[in-house]
Amino acid sequence: MAKTHVTMKVNGAEVEGLVEPRTLLVHFIRENLQMTGTHIGCDTTHCGACTVDLNGMSVKSCTMFAVQAAGADITTIEGMANPDGTLSALQEGFRMMHGLQCGFCTPGMILRAHRLLKENANPTEEEIRFGIAGNLCRCTGYQNIVKAIQYAAAKINGVEFQEAAE
Amino acid sequence: MNDMTPTREEREARLEGMGCKRKRVEDVRFTQGKGNYVDDVKLPGMLHGDFVRSPHAHARVKSINTEKALKVPGVLAVLTAETLKTVNLAWMPTLAGDVQMVLADGKVLFQNQEVAFVVATDRYAADDGINAVEVEYEALPPLIDPFKAMDADAPVLREDIKDKKDGAHGPRKHHNHIFEWTVGDKDLTDAAFNKADVKIKELISYQRVHPSPLETCQCVCSFDKITGELTIYGTFQAPHVIRTVVALIAKLPEQKIHVISPDIGGGFGNKVGAYPGYICAAVATIVTGKPVKWVEDRMENLTTTSFARDYHMTAEIAATKDGKVTGLRVHVLADHGAFDACADPSKWPAGFFNIVTGSYDFPVSHLAVDGVYTNKAPGGVAYRCSFRVTEAAYCIERAMDILAQKLGMDPAELRLKNFIRPEQFPYHSALGWEYDSGDYHTAMKKAMETTRYSELRQEQAAKRAAFKRGETREIMGIGVSFFTEIVGAGPSKNCDILGIAMFDSCEIRMHPTGAGVARMGSKSQGQGHETTWAQIIATEIGIPADNIKVEEGNTDTAPYGLGTYGSRSTPVAGAAIAMAARKIRAKAQMIAAYKLEVHEDDLEWDIDGFRVKGLPEKFLGMKDICWIAYNTPPPGMEPGLEAVSYYDPPNMTYPFGAYICVMDIDVDTGVYKVRRFYALDDCGTRINPMIIEGQVHGGLTEAFAIAMGQEIHYDKEGNVLGGSFMDFFLPTAYETPHWETDFTVTPSPHHPIGAKGVGESPNVGGVPAFSNAVNDAFSFLGATHIQMPHDHWRNWKAARDLGVIKGAGAAA
Repeated sequence: MAKTHVTMKVNGAEVEGLVEPRTLLVHFIRENLQMTGTHIGCDTTHCGACTVDLNGMSVKSCTMFAVQAAGADITTIEGMANPDGTLSALQEGFRMMHGLQCGFCTPGMILRAHRLLKENANPTEEEIRFGIAGNLCRCTGYQNIVKAIQYAAAKINGVEFQEAAE
Repeated sequence: MNDMTPTREEREARLEGMGCKRKRVEDVRFTQGKGNYVDDVKLPGMLHGDFVRSPHAHARVKSINTEKALKVPGVLAVLTAETLKTVNLAWMPTLAGDVQMVLADGKVLFQNQEVAFVVATDRYAADDGINAVEVEYEALPPLIDPFKAMDADAPVLREDIKDKKDGAHGPRKHHNHIFEWTVGDKDLTDAAFNKADVKIKELISYQRVHPSPLETCQCVCSFDKITGELTIYGTFQAPHVIRTVVALIAKLPEQKIHVISPDIGGGFGNKVGAYPGYICAAVATIVTGKPVKWVEDRMENLTTTSFARDYHMTAEIAATKDGKVTGLRVHVLADHGAFDACADPSKWPAGFFNIVTGSYDFPVSHLAVDGVYTNKAPGGVAYRCSFRVTEAAYCIERAMDILAQKLGMDPAELRLKNFIRPEQFPYHSALGWEYDSGDYHTAMKKAMETTRYSELRQEQAAKRAAFKRGETREIMGIGVSFFTEIVGAGPSKNCDILGIAMFDSCEIRMHPTGAGVARMGSKSQGQGHETTWAQIIATEIGIPADNIKVEEGNTDTAPYGLGTYGSRSTPVAGAAIAMAARKIRAKAQMIAAYKLEVHEDDLEWDIDGFRVKGLPEKFLGMKDICWIAYNTPPPGMEPGLEAVSYYDPPNMTYPFGAYICVMDIDVDTGVYKVRRFYALDDCGTRINPMIIEGQVHGGLTEAFAIAMGQEIHYDKEGNVLGGSFMDFFLPTAYETPHWETDFTVTPSPHHPIGAKGVGESPNVGGVPAFSNAVNDAFSFLGATHIQMPHDHWRNWKAARDLGVIKGAGAAA
């Protein structure tokens, strides 16, 4: 099948590649760019493991062709750490609050939480639960993911994180 | 001592040993996208394989034409059963003593069964090739209802064993019968029923579900034609077992097979078995000489690899009129699908279902399980439970509620009256187990006090009265569940897989600078072994957990182990760690005695080193001992400090717990709201409370999914209706309830550190708690037992069938 040349910005760097028109964005990221932090869990847009940030929106990269992302500005999990290489507030929150177990949903979950906190800097528990409902986790039962996002929100807002009493 | 000397508390804290909420070491890579999962493995020249699958549940395969497929750009090979026959691999043995087609050989027996394997340069080309393979089928009548499997006129599914009178587990009664397994004393049980004041009998079904970890099953196989070495990267919960299976069925020398399980994205039992994809990828790499990757998509995962449950359990309890149980009789019809591929220890065709007497002192019991074939996918794995234990717990916990209802007793009171008492441990159950330890009354009472159980019952009584007066359309259910698990398979005297005893192992190698590496036979799929195993070692040998690297999943470097499933890692591998660590400490003690110039018996262990009894200033720390072991070991002693332990457990462990669920259901819509869920777990000694709590949250969420919505359902033609996340319920954060966790600690008396395992308890105890809550809500309207899953529609239907929805009428 004839290939198309695409360019886009991923984690701040200009990248390019030759793709078939049917190549999914997630395969372009994982296989052409060899950034394997973005995962594939379902193929039907349900699980959210492939979530990336694209032009300021959360996007499930298994449901978009690479050619559709031509010219886009994309952030993946590989671009989420602080510039000095330390864990960002969300990454730290997931670790501190035990918001992950097998780690497979984690990159998509962190990317979704990243956009959620841009949209709503101080979400309630219900807003967090609703806001990440497009991302499935089989391990944690979500309770600690909610806490991880609350932890990150507090840290970004410069306030002390207080765990809600059970 | 000066001010700089650390206190005992500081020394202990620095170790981050057992009991500490140590943050996970795995998370540093997982939060940065630096996990290494199978689909991340990319080898030079790697090809992709994918399956042509059957659209029929039961059909004869008349012909397979691969000509057009082989002309598709990028397609290099198409394997069929005929190809596999040349290497004697068209069929493969299952873990349950049956055989299974790798690729359709003459017939297909379930929808989506593997028919041909297309190998191509990339996954898109493989898909093109699949579409070009031409298969001609002749449809045959499908057998879907397990209750009709042994009818005289039922179609013959397995022509390969049609005339075989004996299976792997004894005589077969019918051409679709697999085994009958009986336990207990039938005559004594019959006698107890004959003189019982009160009896209940109910068909309690546990629907077919699927573990569906977020990462599907996958592998990369790479064969080196020059050296004859086969390397397999795979999502294997039991990598060593896979190596041995490959050696046995592919007739390759075992030393030339290298199995690597990298990071695994959840398992829950799905990744224990051997699947056609692994065999085909292995054959394809040998045929093509290039590495071959096979990655399941989600639909393939849900519809072909390893369903769970599908148990239809008829439970009967005999009791006195004041509520003392006197006998339990259970018959199970087990739907195993087209091949018996259950992942149970070899001698246990129904797993440990004979734990079905639960937490109660049944003087007599009898159990019979009949396994049958149907036109459904094979499997029967332990989905986040020990082998068939969640089915057993669901059966007894539902049956006890039904008995309570018949007696007019409170279900918690009935349980308290019949619990095995603390002084009865070790307790010998009527169906053959020796329960190691337990204090059920304390746990149940703590749960009832914390949830203010009696107030909940008062509130429920008031709501029921209001409902009857027509003031509300909401009903309230209180689900009580008290489970006893049996995990840690298991003792070599009765547990093996393909003849290999179910021990587990640990090798610890200390380095001169006071650091070390521990290599394991277990394999984490998210349980956090890299964190917790180091904590056990830290406590045992006084080296900080941060200085211990835990490695799992490489069969070349790890000692042989049976892997991680059935909550066996802490009970078996966890014990092996402690035993290996104690061997290190024993050698360290000899070194310390020599250096401190005393007899070994004059030393005492003190957190992170040895101290001479009565002379507190004479102390030698483990870090220094590590150096000495490599620098100046005592005369006559071998240098080095390492140990390996293969642990054969003397018994299983028996974690238990008390769960209470409070739920409100709107009868007109069937919409439920879980108001409260309280889970008290007793898993013996607690290694990392943070991880235990996380495991409980996750297990409860899976229990919630199963009880309230999950089902792999088949229509009459055998079309599978639960094949995507659109149809198969995985709860999101929004609908998942808030979990309250609690604990008691009753150590296992036979385990080196007293730990029992916890990962699967919440699924085992959670499902009956939810289901009992729904059934309890409807009980005052006349319901006895409503089958799972209790989704909104079924709740509405239950209300309609009970005649409480105006205008909807009752069911015919």
